[in-house]
Amino acid sequence: MTTYYTDQHEWIRVEGDEGTVGITGHATEQLGDVVFVETPSAGKVLKKGDEAAVVESVKAASEVYAPVGGTVTAANEDLSGDPAKVNAAPEGDGWFFKIKIADKAELSQLMTEDKYKEFVAGL
Amino acid sequence: METTAEKLQRTPLYDLHVELGAKIVPFAGYEMPVQYPTGIIKEHLHTREKAGLFDVSHMGQAFLRGPDPARAMEKVCPSDFVGLKEGMQRYGLLLNDQGGVKDDFMLTKLADEADLYLVVNASMKESDFAYIAKKLDGELTLIPRPDRALLALQGPLAGKVLDKLSPGIDFLNFMRVTRATVAGVEAIVGRTGYTGEDGFEISVSAADAEKLARAILADPDVLPIGLGARDSLRLEAGLCLYGHDIDETTDPAEADLVWAIGKRRKTELGFPAAEKIMARVLNGTEKKRVGVRPDGRAPARDGTEIAAKDGRVIGKITSGGFGPSLNAPIAMGYVETPFAADGTEVDLLVRGKALPARIAPMPFVPHRYKRGAGK
Repeated sequence: MTTYYTDQHEWIRVEGDEGTVGITGHATEQLGDVVFVETPSAGKVLKKGDEAAVVESVKAASEVYAPVGGTVTAANEDLSGDPAKVNAAPEGDGWFFKIKIADKAELSQLMTEDKYKEFVAGL
Repeated sequence: METTAEKLQRTPLYDLHVELGAKIVPFAGYEMPVQYPTGIIKEHLHTREKAGLFDVSHMGQAFLRGPDPARAMEKVCPSDFVGLKEGMQRYGLLLNDQGGVKDDFMLTKLADEADLYLVVNASMKESDFAYIAKKLDGELTLIPRPDRALLALQGPLAGKVLDKLSPGIDFLNFMRVTRATVAGVEAIVGRTGYTGEDGFEISVSAADAEKLARAILADPDVLPIGLGARDSLRLEAGLCLYGHDIDETTDPAEADLVWAIGKRRKTELGFPAAEKIMARVLNGTEKKRVGVRPDGRAPARDGTEIAAKDGRVIGKITSGGFGPSLNAPIAMGYVETPFAADGTEVDLLVRGKALPARIAPMPFVPHRYKRGAGK
């Protein structure tokens, strides 16, 4: 099980052919209190970089992009009733959706945890 | 000429904001705290439950000096300023020649003082000051006071908190203003604000601002509150944000600000585009400012199109977001007048989807101003 990161502050935790996607702690700190999350429906086909979900804080709306291409298999239904989970546990209970990865080679274009930490430190 | 890459200014409380861990953002040419580590939702709720301190020193303060500055100001505003009593303040609209709203502001007549005290929006202050000085040249002199800071203490405990620092100040009623000493600092204190709650705006010398802010923040009932919660509080209170809900293309009639036209002025006229505006007050306008409540959880932001149930676009959101006290999205905007009645079902076009919503009365959260005969 490995977690990869994008420069748009998404993370994807990969188990076999499936990945779980969310936004990073750094992203939630920048957003502030999350008040609304729109997740994609199961079956939706996404290309890498497609707008996959929307996260809204009190102040503004932001897009969440697909870290890799694939087919959505599940969405975190809990977030519609309790969007604050994204702030409380961004890389845990605050996950957004699961995706069946079309081409695992795309993962090599993402950052490892160490690289992402370096990236954030340099912002 | 202004250069585009103007350096951002700081208020006298900038160092204190940083010390308190504020997230600083550019706003109206200033580096301002958008939130503290508390977070916007808790800051908002704390202000409604107890009391919050806001730095609004970026706003434009000035004094108006002349033989009759109140009468002079009536030439560019529809308010009754001649009838403004000593120790009172009044909301005003600065109008352009076409009757569009150039800015909104508060004007105060302090007891036993000839000069009037003016507070305008931060983003508009240079423009307002130049406009007033030019339009009323020879009738009054506008004296900008960038040497003054402005703090707002808002919330149901504001009176109790400030009375400890300025004994007796809690007797002041809504829209009353006085000079007072607060925590040893000479201040102009008005019972007013921009949250819908009871509270005060306190103008002091920039040099005294930090001392006063620290004295107020020492009260355990008070938290520092950033611009994020200031915006969600004013939106719940149904109060207009200049540049969004009103601007030079909207007039007082369609903006539903007819209450800001003085009774005497409605017949005497003599303000910019007075005949046109009063005709629109009497005959109605094509569009009207309204409150909007989305049925679902998704907020609709400024610029979102409003459609009738047949899909035709009938208006636009001008302020929209999340109301923490309602735990629901709220918005205001303009719709064609036949769709302006409370309860009218509309759709909000958000990210290509039509989200159901209803026209709703404002304020979304009832105002709780201190009226009546003292405490």
